[in-house]
Amino acid sequence: MLLRYFFLLFFLLPIKSFALIEVDITRGNLSPLPVAVSPLSIDEQSRKSFKKVLKKDNIGSEISAIVENNLKQSGLFNPLNKDAFLQKPDIANLKPRFEDWNLIKAQALITGKVTFVDEKLRVEFRLWDVLAGKEMIALAFTTVPSNWRRVGHIITDKVYERLTGEKGYFDTRIIYVAEEGPKTKRIKKLAIMDQDGFNNQLLTLGNELVLTPRFNPTNQMVTYLSYFRNLPRVYLLDIETGMQEVVGDFPGMTFAPRFSPDGKKIIMSFAEDGNSDIYTMDLENRIVERITNHPSIDTSPSYSPDGKYICFNSDRSGYQQIYVMNSNGKNVKRISFGNGLYGTPVWSPRGDLIAFTKLHKGKFYIGVMRADGTGERLLTENYYQEAPSWSPNGRVLIFYRETKTNSKGEGFSTKLWSIDLTGYNEKMVETKTDASDPSWSSLLTN
Amino acid sequence: MNLSRILKNGFLVVLASVFLTACATQKVGTKTQGDVYTGSDSVEYLASGVKDRVFFATNETVLTTASRETLRKQAGWLRKNSKINVVLEGHADERGTREYNLAIGERRANAAKDYLMTYGISSNRISVLSYGKERPVDSGSSPLAWSKNRRSVTVKAN
Repeated sequence: MLLRYFFLLFFLLPIKSFALIEVDITRGNLSPLPVAVSPLSIDEQSRKSFKKVLKKDNIGSEISAIVENNLKQSGLFNPLNKDAFLQKPDIANLKPRFEDWNLIKAQALITGKVTFVDEKLRVEFRLWDVLAGKEMIALAFTTVPSNWRRVGHIITDKVYERLTGEKGYFDTRIIYVAEEGPKTKRIKKLAIMDQDGFNNQLLTLGNELVLTPRFNPTNQMVTYLSYFRNLPRVYLLDIETGMQEVVGDFPGMTFAPRFSPDGKKIIMSFAEDGNSDIYTMDLENRIVERITNHPSIDTSPSYSPDGKYICFNSDRSGYQQIYVMNSNGKNVKRISFGNGLYGTPVWSPRGDLIAFTKLHKGKFYIGVMRADGTGERLLTENYYQEAPSWSPNGRVLIFYRETKTNSKGEGFSTKLWSIDLTGYNEKMVETKTDASDPSWSSLLTN
Repeated sequence: MNLSRILKNGFLVVLASVFLTACATQKVGTKTQGDVYTGSDSVEYLASGVKDRVFFATNETVLTTASRETLRKQAGWLRKNSKINVVLEGHADERGTREYNLAIGERRANAAKDYLMTYGISSNRISVLSYGKERPVDSGSSPLAWSKNRRSVTVKAN
């Protein structure tokens, strides 16, 4: 399929560790860093070659536009208007005239060059600290031309990492459920797209109901719930080959699947005789293990990133609450004690926080709390929203939000939204159709 | 139980029914009790007098008195039609997280299944299928619509 690991990554120069500009991402950033993204320069021959292969008039500008959009969407950066740029891209890439960039208030500058070499796309780029007049990154890499959008995402990841001190989340994809049709007989299909909404592709035809896809954090496998032949079961799907299989041989509904952090197990619920408990299946030896054994509903399990603990949703207290236990099912502790009902706990890839959905007085909230249940913070309130999924760096959450319908059943829509951990920068994620159940992939390249 | 208590309870029931009738006329023939749907909108019949579905309160999986009566009639009909198998489809309203709702739908359908079994219907004639909140009958966003959607529906499988 569309993914090709064909990236040769090398540093032009070692990264120097000056005390240069830094972006603090731990607070809601109300004054985004002004950054100038100079279009990647391109020689005439390369431009023509790429035009032939990719049907894009100027691939250098196209890649820069991706970087610009990513930076803007992050809420941490303010890409400046190109009309004000005084220096030409090819010259800026060699030696920026910092006074010119300073004049338009740019604090950081990104320059670069793209060339067509042996049927491949070679890109080099630099990040400059305008005030200090210093180079912060210089990197070059080569890939197949069809990967050009990912080139823009990788550049953004490197810039983000250098300026914030944390890994980026731009060279990633979102798997979700594309929805259409009336609410009473909704058609749902698995769909996948780049983090910025491009390269959208449907993975199933909509013949059967599909729900809750989740990425394997280590490879291109996905686990999800399908109602194939009216038997709701957890499936495993390889999105590169399209091969899929049922997970385990359970006599009833399996649901709420998720991978373990090492990608080797699937953890899920199995419902039998009105009781849902949590099970795991090892994908190598196919051994099924029962983790909880309680007459209440136990569902929505999610591992801690070190694999030692599991957070999950249970109504053993009478109503939906969040619990944490050891990965062997021992030492179960309730961690949610605020007002209202709590569901869909998901452990942050950083390990420190658990994101959740909360229902209180007819409103739905997305929030986070520490793994011991302290420090609850609600990030967003709405009529209906649920199912947060973490960006791989644990800084952004993506979730879905539904609107009310009127008495005639009109006005319903469901869309993907993202919000920073800080509670700022709430944004709708554009999708062609209605969308729900998003799951964020790991970084495709490191 | 002494007579005065029975009379008193009876009196309360009469009062309640008068009150509900008043509501019913206002809401064009649809109503709920507690928040369990008691109307006939969306209800279909397996046979004459045998309703196909039972309704539940929010976050509840317990059968009401009316639900048990419906299921006893279903059991009677199933005993007479011993070649028919059924699927019990359990559903939730839209005001809950998807995964928990799948579990609660399964629990609702099983509550109905258990009751049919106590009235002599063999478990191998009954299968259970939870749709969670995926297949509402009423697409509205109102307490009344939600009450119609919290249901277990008995569907002929053959």
